[in-house]
Amino acid sequence: MSGTYLGMPAFPKAAHEAVHDATLRGNLRHATHTIRAKRAKAVAEVSDWDALREAGKRIKDHTLRHLDRYLVQLEASVTAAGGTVHWAADADEANRIVADLVRATGESEVVKVKSMTTQEIGLNEALEAEGIRAYETDLAELIVQLGRDRPSHILVPAIHRNRGEIRDIFRKEMSEWGRPAPEGLTDTPAELAEAARLHLREKFLRAKVGISGANFMVAETGTLVVVESEGNGRMCLTLPETLISVVGIEKILPTWQDLEVFLQTLPRSSTAERMNPYTTMWTGTTDGDGPSTFHLVLLDNGRTDTLADEVGRQALRCIRCSACLNVCPVYERAGGHAYGSVYPGPIGAILSPQLRGVTSEIDASLPYASSLCGACYEVCPVAIDIPEVLVHLRERVVEGGQVTSNGNKVVLKPAKGHAAERAAMRAARWAFSRPGALRAGQRLVSRSRRLHPRSLPGPGKAWSGTRDLPAVPKEPFRDWWQRTNGGMDGKGAAK
Amino acid sequence: MSSRERILGRVRRALADVRQDEPSYDQAVPRDYLREHGDRSVGETVDLLAENLADYRAVVHRCTAEDLAATIAGMLAARGAKTVLVPRGLDLEWLQATDAERIADRAESTAHELDQVDSVVTACAVAVAETGTIVLDGGPDQGRRRITLVPDHHICVVRVPDQVVSSVPQALERLDPGLPLTWISGPSATSDIELDRVEGVHGPRTLEVVLVGGQSSADVTS
Amino acid sequence: MRVALFLTCVNDTLYPDTGRAVVKLLTRLGVEVDFPMAQTCCGQAHYNTGYRHEAEPLARHFSDVFGEYEAIVTPSGSCGAMVRELYPRMGERARAEGRGNSLATTLAPVVPKTYELTEFLVDVLGVTDVGAYYPHKVTYHPTCHGLRGLGLGDRPRRLLQAVKGLELAELPGAEECCGFGGTFALKNSDVSAAMGADKVRNAASTGAEVLCAADNSCLMHIGGTMARLSTGMRPVHIAEILASTEEEPAV
Repeated sequence: MSGTYLGMPAFPKAAHEAVHDATLRGNLRHATHTIRAKRAKAVAEVSDWDALREAGKRIKDHTLRHLDRYLVQLEASVTAAGGTVHWAADADEANRIVADLVRATGESEVVKVKSMTTQEIGLNEALEAEGIRAYETDLAELIVQLGRDRPSHILVPAIHRNRGEIRDIFRKEMSEWGRPAPEGLTDTPAELAEAARLHLREKFLRAKVGISGANFMVAETGTLVVVESEGNGRMCLTLPETLISVVGIEKILPTWQDLEVFLQTLPRSSTAERMNPYTTMWTGTTDGDGPSTFHLVLLDNGRTDTLADEVGRQALRCIRCSACLNVCPVYERAGGHAYGSVYPGPIGAILSPQLRGVTSEIDASLPYASSLCGACYEVCPVAIDIPEVLVHLRERVVEGGQVTSNGNKVVLKPAKGHAAERAAMRAARWAFSRPGALRAGQRLVSRSRRLHPRSLPGPGKAWSGTRDLPAVPKEPFRDWWQRTNGGMDGKGAAK
Repeated sequence: MSSRERILGRVRRALADVRQDEPSYDQAVPRDYLREHGDRSVGETVDLLAENLADYRAVVHRCTAEDLAATIAGMLAARGAKTVLVPRGLDLEWLQATDAERIADRAESTAHELDQVDSVVTACAVAVAETGTIVLDGGPDQGRRRITLVPDHHICVVRVPDQVVSSVPQALERLDPGLPLTWISGPSATSDIELDRVEGVHGPRTLEVVLVGGQSSADVTS
Repeated sequence: MRVALFLTCVNDTLYPDTGRAVVKLLTRLGVEVDFPMAQTCCGQAHYNTGYRHEAEPLARHFSDVFGEYEAIVTPSGSCGAMVRELYPRMGERARAEGRGNSLATTLAPVVPKTYELTEFLVDVLGVTDVGAYYPHKVTYHPTCHGLRGLGLGDRPRRLLQAVKGLELAELPGAEECCGFGGTFALKNSDVSAAMGADKVRNAASTGAEVLCAADNSCLMHIGGTMARLSTGMRPVHIAEILASTEEEPAV
């Protein structure tokens, strides 16, 4: 993944900053609560939602379980339709392929459709190093690029910015990149959108190379699909002479008919619309209409490692709708940057540690960035059981064991820093396996109850810094039960 | 080893648990979701299309075939359009009442030239009532994709009820995947500022849809 | 009918009043309650923190202790969900790891007969009016594992609505997690505390005296936050409300 994220602190530390940033908290709360209610309404309009969700899950699972076959079929269909297919095992290879393709056109600038995959591989930085400037054209990506910022949401990368901040970024930075912001620009969303239109228009009209990802690729027909709202996607996909699409290998659907499921579930889950304003579908090249050259770069970059994990592979069903981010109480308070990845929120907490491994501090902390409340699973349009995968990855962190890394099976050591916890868990298991030992412990706690403070020093502050400890009762239930014969003896009757 | 072979090899090793006798695609995927939502008459389906188009800020007009040329002329005049892009196979009768200058959809035109044109008039391939969507497939009466993208005003004519389907599944059945397809649901929009929807970004900021049929010539939403 | 009370280790140690309330309530409804003294912990904290293999002996122990009973009732949505949702998954995982069917077979008998308290009342006993009296204004927080794991739905609310004297106030953002999440409360204490504070603010906005839930772990977190924020509200387990009567009112 992008070097931008190397050296990120662990999640709790990064979240600490966000939790105490009142502006950020306000921005996130406002945006996520707005979209939550709208999504619920858009989904409720469709009476067969559960059946669509199940079909989407099954289509994706079936495809993943036969991915080799569908990849080969897709390659043949795209080639037959006039496209050229490239395979990239990792980010470096994908970046090199794209840079070479751009250089071969003689161009030194490209326009980009918003794409998670190209962010994941750090394409813009790699192109910059080759002297090629990449212009982001999605409004939110533009805000992030102009603000020299990092994305914090899958759908709305600038969700952490409010309208006033966006206006300030436009006023200050647009002139550096091209057409300056209009005089007297205010913070009304319509004016901000107009400023982006004017700024980007000259870039669209002169662009010779477009770069995109794709939401779906249909194996049987070789069709690629990009779902968008602003029209920047259409601009990049149809005006340039050369189109390069970098797409993760998990984005395949077997048949044309499969689109009927996802074109219903994605917009409603994502922007909470019946249908997004624009969807472009193209199959290779078309004479006289759109790019005359089309390259598809199929990207692995950790996906096959993820596929090798029988529990974790369900994360590859993800269609990047971001519904899980929008309902997540942790995301709402920690913000997207704390996740240290282009994939924030619940899905990021299970994707990043699988795509990148759990060896870095941030990746080892992500599986714990959840209260396991299950709201993400409930809204997921492809029914990814995110809590299940989170717990599975926690196990990988604390127990280690066999994983696949860069296609090789390796045995992971248990992560450092969990030794005390591991010892405590073992001790608790020992005690819980022996009711007598549990009881002795309970009595010790009860008898020393007057000594128990409401707050704790040291590591105990993690709890008692913000919460009182519960009062300890004078006897545990089991003592009462035995003493009163289950409450049947007159004196201690149940009450 | 090529990256192609490397990736395919990794995929196969990753799927070691997948058995030969797994259910086939047809068995694995239940299709028990609906082909369309609700039970509507043809007229009601067209009404729903109009309603959903308007809900996403497309301007909807309804007229009869005889009134079409006058309706289009009126829309272009109201807009003050001096030039209008015309796909190669558009029914020229549709434009016989307007005095806007006709610009042909030519392969040689540059994007900058298209940017100077005021409006574009096209037909469509199919329209989807449940989602308020029109779909273009680059047919002769719709033209190259860019002519409905660069000009700021798009007039799209939908023949009702023939070109109207209820649902997304029904639309896909009618479309040819080999053609370049553009699905349009209202004018361009963005939710990128505070997740609130604002219409009008890079695509045409005004989308006018004419539902042309034999029944009525009343404007429902305009 | 004779049922086993699976009180949970947290309730046994810290919330014996909830245990006594369950016994009183079920006895009043004609159910014979047993408390198997050998019970300890279902293993949820281990499992959810990533120590599945440490949780396995605890799950086997649970099955040994409770396997012979007709029904197992627990006043905890999350421990109930552990048995019902996660024990089968533990069995499957052991099988996938090449350790055979032994764990799955051992755990299978307890899975279908484990009930969260409100589920047992409404579904098995078929009652919503349990004859309770509780003259207080109460707001109800549906805890996540009960709501989304077990699918308790409106059962707790129906039970509360039938309580004489009780005024039920709608909790804004009711279905949002309170931020407890087991070891999450310690590992991500900043976020956990922020979620707790929001939950408590929402609860305080209802003007209720009592916040009620069906899980004392969540109530420990919410209650601890209430005390620190000096809201004047208090957390009460739903069993204690349902056990309260005009003759023997709970305070």
